[in-house]
Amino acid sequence: MTTTLENPTHSLSANEPSWLAERRAAGLDQFKSLAMPTARDEAWRFASVGKLSIDDFNPVPAPATSTLDALTERSDLVTARAGRCVYVDDAPANFEGISQELADQGVIYLPLTEAIEQHPELLEKYFLQESTELGSEKFFGLHAATVKAGAVLYVPKGVEIADPFVNYYWTSGTRSAVFPHTLVIAEDNSKVSVVDLFFSETKENEALNISVSNIHAGANAHVFRKIVQDWNEKTVSFQLDTTVAERDAQVQNVAVNIGAERARFESQTRIEGPGADVKMYSLTVAEESQEFDQRTYQTHNAGNAVSDLLYKNALLDNSRTIFSGLIKVAEGAQQTDAYQTNRNLLLDPTADANALPGLEILANDVRCSHGATTGNVDEAELFYMMQRGISRRVAMQLMVFGFFEEVIEKIDSDELAENLRQLIHNKFESKIK
Amino acid sequence: MSDTDLQDQAIQVDTEKGNFSYPEDYEFDAGVGLNEETVKYISKVKNEDPWVLDFRLKALEIFNKKPMPTKWADTDLENIEFEKIRYYLSKGQVPARSWDDVPDDVKETFERLGIPEQERKFLAGVEAQFDSEASYSRMKEDLEKEGVIFVGSTEGLAKYPEIFKPYFGKVIPTSDNKFSALNSATFSGGSFIYVPKGVKLKQPLQAYFRINAENFGQFERTLIIADEGAEITYMEGCTAPKFETATLHSAVVELVALKNAKIQYITVQNWSSNVFNLVTKRGMADEGAEVKWIDCNIGSRLTMKYPGVVLKGQGARGEVLSIALANDGQHQDTGAKMMHLADNTTSNIISKSISIGEGRSTYRGQVHMPKHLKNCKNNTECDALLINTNSRTDTYPAITTRGQNNTVQHEASVSKVSAEQIFYMMQRGLSEGEAMSLAVNGFVNELMKAFPMEYSVELKRLIDMEMEGSVG
Repeated sequence: MTTTLENPTHSLSANEPSWLAERRAAGLDQFKSLAMPTARDEAWRFASVGKLSIDDFNPVPAPATSTLDALTERSDLVTARAGRCVYVDDAPANFEGISQELADQGVIYLPLTEAIEQHPELLEKYFLQESTELGSEKFFGLHAATVKAGAVLYVPKGVEIADPFVNYYWTSGTRSAVFPHTLVIAEDNSKVSVVDLFFSETKENEALNISVSNIHAGANAHVFRKIVQDWNEKTVSFQLDTTVAERDAQVQNVAVNIGAERARFESQTRIEGPGADVKMYSLTVAEESQEFDQRTYQTHNAGNAVSDLLYKNALLDNSRTIFSGLIKVAEGAQQTDAYQTNRNLLLDPTADANALPGLEILANDVRCSHGATTGNVDEAELFYMMQRGISRRVAMQLMVFGFFEEVIEKIDSDELAENLRQLIHNKFESKIK
Repeated sequence: MSDTDLQDQAIQVDTEKGNFSYPEDYEFDAGVGLNEETVKYISKVKNEDPWVLDFRLKALEIFNKKPMPTKWADTDLENIEFEKIRYYLSKGQVPARSWDDVPDDVKETFERLGIPEQERKFLAGVEAQFDSEASYSRMKEDLEKEGVIFVGSTEGLAKYPEIFKPYFGKVIPTSDNKFSALNSATFSGGSFIYVPKGVKLKQPLQAYFRINAENFGQFERTLIIADEGAEITYMEGCTAPKFETATLHSAVVELVALKNAKIQYITVQNWSSNVFNLVTKRGMADEGAEVKWIDCNIGSRLTMKYPGVVLKGQGARGEVLSIALANDGQHQDTGAKMMHLADNTTSNIISKSISIGEGRSTYRGQVHMPKHLKNCKNNTECDALLINTNSRTDTYPAITTRGQNNTVQHEASVSKVSAEQIFYMMQRGLSEGEAMSLAVNGFVNELMKAFPMEYSVELKRLIDMEMEGSVG
């Protein structure tokens, strides 16, 4: 491990509040004291940890203005928006704040550093308070110690915002390490949506990403978060996400995962109030030697709530996916409905899909199920299409679109849905000769 | 006295059926604790060939080296005090062939458990193991003429090494896990069975395992070889008295089904609630062969058992059907493993568990399909039923799939007996306990059909008994 990562060189704001300095110190401590994961760790079962390395990645200096402008220009997947921030290598490239009307209602949408300065009490309560429990505690520590880029969104009670807030996190420099952070606090009866997008400038720039996202949904709050991860295939990525849902809160997470050399996605949902309803949807296209390692945790601490998880993976070439999910129903959380489904579509015989769907149920009056299926494309269906002059890869692509449509159609924005279809199409294009 | 009281009374007697013991007067006793001397003593008493002693000593070394699997398993394992356990107790190493020659207290034990009676009724052969050694073993004569071998582990290795040695410890290597190593070091008793080519046993062979002594560890070893085209059904049952202290049962069962052979292995486990039941079971299925585990776990304090099938030949089939019932103070940690190693192999796992009171049931599974395979299929279903508000169930499957045209599906569900169901039945005059029993029997009914009739009757009765007073 490089010393640079352990001793961050970039100057963190000197006038940071003491609570934050403490959290950073604790994070650094956690990063240094915990060992790198090994193949023997249950939380890393099936992951090729032998190949995992975060050596020689470092925070890099802010890119040239021309790069910042060019990438801001490319940050156009969602045009109707309530606010936008663009970061490149954790340096602010562009920030579109909220309208006066929203500001008057008490909505806060700020870059992380400004939010810390202007709203220290709010941040003290929520920032860096939800760690992952799914195996990447070490990397969460490094994130806490280093994070400077990110967006903070606060929606007061009863405020409803139709258009989404859009956060772009780019990498550009040489072996750049980035630590983006999205914090969403939706107070009671509010309604808001967020899109987080992770992109690389070129196909070649190597990068390490350790991002964290925390959603706090108050009573009857509606939060819809979409995540698009399309790093280049030279990126090592960790996404450590949590959702906390209070009474009657409705939260939807939809993740589209296309890029990275290896991507670890840890997603936790904690239900703290009755009537909450949390959806966790994901679709992944894995190709070449990509490895997608998905770990999920649905915790029901209160009864009468619903959580529903659907992870769909399509695998090509020598790619690998690991889905490991756990539903935990705490003692007394009666009348829980919790579901977990993992579907894997193997498009090539050398692809490798692993499923570890788990349940831990400590209450009796519950409806819980999990299902995992892995299968190949139907040869008869392929034959039907090929007979009509469609090449094998194109036919497969059509079938993958069919397979994914179930998740894509959950995205309420036609524009974003169409852009996502395009991203998936791009991934196939290189294979269609 | 009301009808239910009468019923309770009738059931009360049966619940305690296995809860008795006789004074201990053993001729052979390896003492307390485990070291090289214990292993040498066991080997010497059994008059074993040097290679068997070597095998045991190597296993002891592995056992001492391996850590407890508490990283993932129940930490209750730490309560096993290996140094306080007695590893070998017997009244003699040669089993009686006639019921009259069995020592009186042992005979009475098995008569109280209904062994000779069952034999008369429908079994092709019976072996009854009392602590470390079989005290009785008999097989119908016509089977002997056909070349079927049905002996204990010691006799099998001594008399028929050319048959058993090539497969002994091959399906389950000594180092498979800590408890398979422990068994390999201290094994005694169990059944070694060979069914010659094309011989199809119409009636099942049965073994009955009984622990009589306190602080005792039973380590039977079973190896069943079905030669090409042979068919066999084997059943085992087990009980022990309820002692205050923990007792250990750690068996190794290896099945070898050669080309087109069929082996069906049925277990009804009803150990008393002080027994740690840590068993390794695995079958190997050659081309076109079928290995089927039917497993029912009702007793014990902690059971850890994951029967597996290695599908080695084209077109092999593996199946695990299991029922687990976990009551207060019990943890039934069961599951299945399917290793697909050839094309066109299929496997099926159906697991049903019921947790009562503070009982905990766990399903752990592994399905493995490597890259080069074609047209393999696995189906896994695990359903859990929770009776009380503080009951617990866990499911931890692991599935790896690669290759062409391989399909895997896994489904699990958790449910409870609905209040409407109970209300409906009670309205029609059933007591709440009876209604609950009926609902639970309905839940396992599908699987119950897979058991031979006598066993499913017995099972239904055991479930009724366990359900008594459990409604909460």
